[in-house]
Amino acid sequence: MSTLEFRTAIRDALAEELERDPSVIFFGEDVAVAGGVFKATPDLYKRFGPDRVFDTPISELALAGAAYGAAVTGLRPVFEVMFGDFMALAMDSLVNQAAKFWYISNEQGTVPLVVRSAVGAGGRFGAIHSQTHGTWYQGVPGLKIAFPSSPAEAKGLLKGAIRDDNPVVFLEHKRLYSVKGPPPEPGQEVIELGRARIAREGADLTIVSVGKGVPDALAAADRLSELGISAEVVDLRTLRPLDLPTVLESVARTNRILAVEEGPRTGGWASGLVGAVAEEGLHDLDDAWILATAETPIPYSPTLEDAFLPQAEAIADSVAGRLGVAAPAR
Amino acid sequence: MARLHSPEQQDATGAFLEAYGRMLLIRQFEAAMHRLFLRGEVHGTTHLYAGQEAVAVGVCMTLEPSDWVAGTYRGHGHALAKGTEPEPLIAEMLGRATGVCGGRAGSMNVIDIEHGLVGCYGIVGGSIAAGLGAAMSAQREGRVAAAFFGDGATNQAYFHEGMNLAAVRSLPLLFVCENNLYAEFTPMAQATAGADIAGRAAAYGMPSAVVDGNDLWAVREAAAEAVGRARAGDGPTLLECRTYRHYGHSKSDPAPYRTKQEVEEWLERDPLRIARARLLEQGLAEQQIAAVEDTISAELDQAVERALAAPYPDPAADAATEFSS
Repeated sequence: MSTLEFRTAIRDALAEELERDPSVIFFGEDVAVAGGVFKATPDLYKRFGPDRVFDTPISELALAGAAYGAAVTGLRPVFEVMFGDFMALAMDSLVNQAAKFWYISNEQGTVPLVVRSAVGAGGRFGAIHSQTHGTWYQGVPGLKIAFPSSPAEAKGLLKGAIRDDNPVVFLEHKRLYSVKGPPPEPGQEVIELGRARIAREGADLTIVSVGKGVPDALAAADRLSELGISAEVVDLRTLRPLDLPTVLESVARTNRILAVEEGPRTGGWASGLVGAVAEEGLHDLDDAWILATAETPIPYSPTLEDAFLPQAEAIADSVAGRLGVAAPAR
Repeated sequence: MARLHSPEQQDATGAFLEAYGRMLLIRQFEAAMHRLFLRGEVHGTTHLYAGQEAVAVGVCMTLEPSDWVAGTYRGHGHALAKGTEPEPLIAEMLGRATGVCGGRAGSMNVIDIEHGLVGCYGIVGGSIAAGLGAAMSAQREGRVAAAFFGDGATNQAYFHEGMNLAAVRSLPLLFVCENNLYAEFTPMAQATAGADIAGRAAAYGMPSAVVDGNDLWAVREAAAEAVGRARAGDGPTLLECRTYRHYGHSKSDPAPYRTKQEVEEWLERDPLRIARARLLEQGLAEQQIAAVEDTISAELDQAVERALAAPYPDPAADAATEFSS
């Protein structure tokens, strides 16, 4: 069976959408000739030419503005903001213009743009090249936020994001770029945004996560099965819209929810999700908790950074402890 | 309202008479907004364009209906100059259901895609960002885009990043700076380094000009040259149009920081007075001009009346959705 690397999935999704729709353009810093600092976009420049795939100045503010202006005037721009941390610079046009346009224009038009960034910790990049900016944008009506967990999901969600008429913030976890996995299954080549997925079925609890948290939760579920604990894993795929019905349906069967977030609990998506589950599904709940990161910036030193992250072992330990089962053997 | 046509398309004096009518429409529109604000019909705040009419109208005279414009929060003039109908624009100010944005946008954020107005921007410099993207679209289609902004915006990153990006991509974009000498309440000399704003273009290898922003003919001529360059694929231009706002920055600002003498000097150079005198010089009869003035006044009065009679949006019937599906 053929396998697909995550970074190739990103490249293929872009290539297929550039091929399919002449209004799609792609730009960013070092994305064209160099093919991206994470080597996710090689050869697109050669194939589609400098009018449609181009390198830009280091001007995140202007790039976001240009993408917004291009999107409301007929193009479907995809642009890369190299590290998610730099998305603080791109915020104005995304939050104050792109997210508002559909509503305040009284639906005169849409804003079909996608902004892709590498996110997440574990790469020893330090506090300001390791953040996951999805939640910075989560409280903004009008924006969608997608965060794939595997190569197949990356391809399907990116194609879905490019075809979506709304502005999409697209997160790619750095530690997934080299992951290989099966290509999309038939019917999953394009994934509509806003639908969560049951990544593993189970009976005793529901572990909800997104992005890199999903493979971590799946690895934890393997360990937990050795202890006789059957964990269901829900891959949210998008943080906004948040697919609450799929989570509630899962919790109705398992009666426990653990939300695993690579990011601080305060203001994070996990606390919002668990709150919503309590509000809508309290009668189904025996337990609900969150595994998030400390309320500090992300550390650099390998020992500190590894301890900081909610990795598979930490997830399994947390579940075992919470359920009163001896911790899994290391 | 009739569309503005470039003078090449019809008798030049006739085009300027039409443009004068559009300037007068903006002036009277803003006077009406001032009155309606004091009556509590215009909500929140509003930023009036009176005094700067020659800039928007002079630039838009050189644009086609399919070209794009991005305006500022002082944007009523930009919208009217590009072709937005007065009645839905007034209704938008009044928060009525018949507003150009259904009452969802308000004074600072008007959008009118049908008439090529990408938007108006409450964040200083936002129009430059939108203009960049509109110019990317325009570049493919032989169209051009114009971004209006004030002198205050030239100290935003949007201005510098936008000038650079437009220059390296050779975008068909007019950077139209309306230098009204004050960044909100702060005089230009205290906030903006260097002798002039046009000079900043040299750093980006971009052509620029200082233009008398109260002279419709001067603005039109400079804009026509810039539009010609943009359409020919020769990239962006920065126009620094020196002008003056007749009201304060916003409705909460009586502008005590301006001297009486300065205000009087600028009122002497009122762009409408200059344009009217020029039309007479060019041989138009007093009655021809008066006829246009009467028509504009009557149209605006009717538009105000109809907008005031329009309903407010009904929250119970509001079918707003977060996303386009």
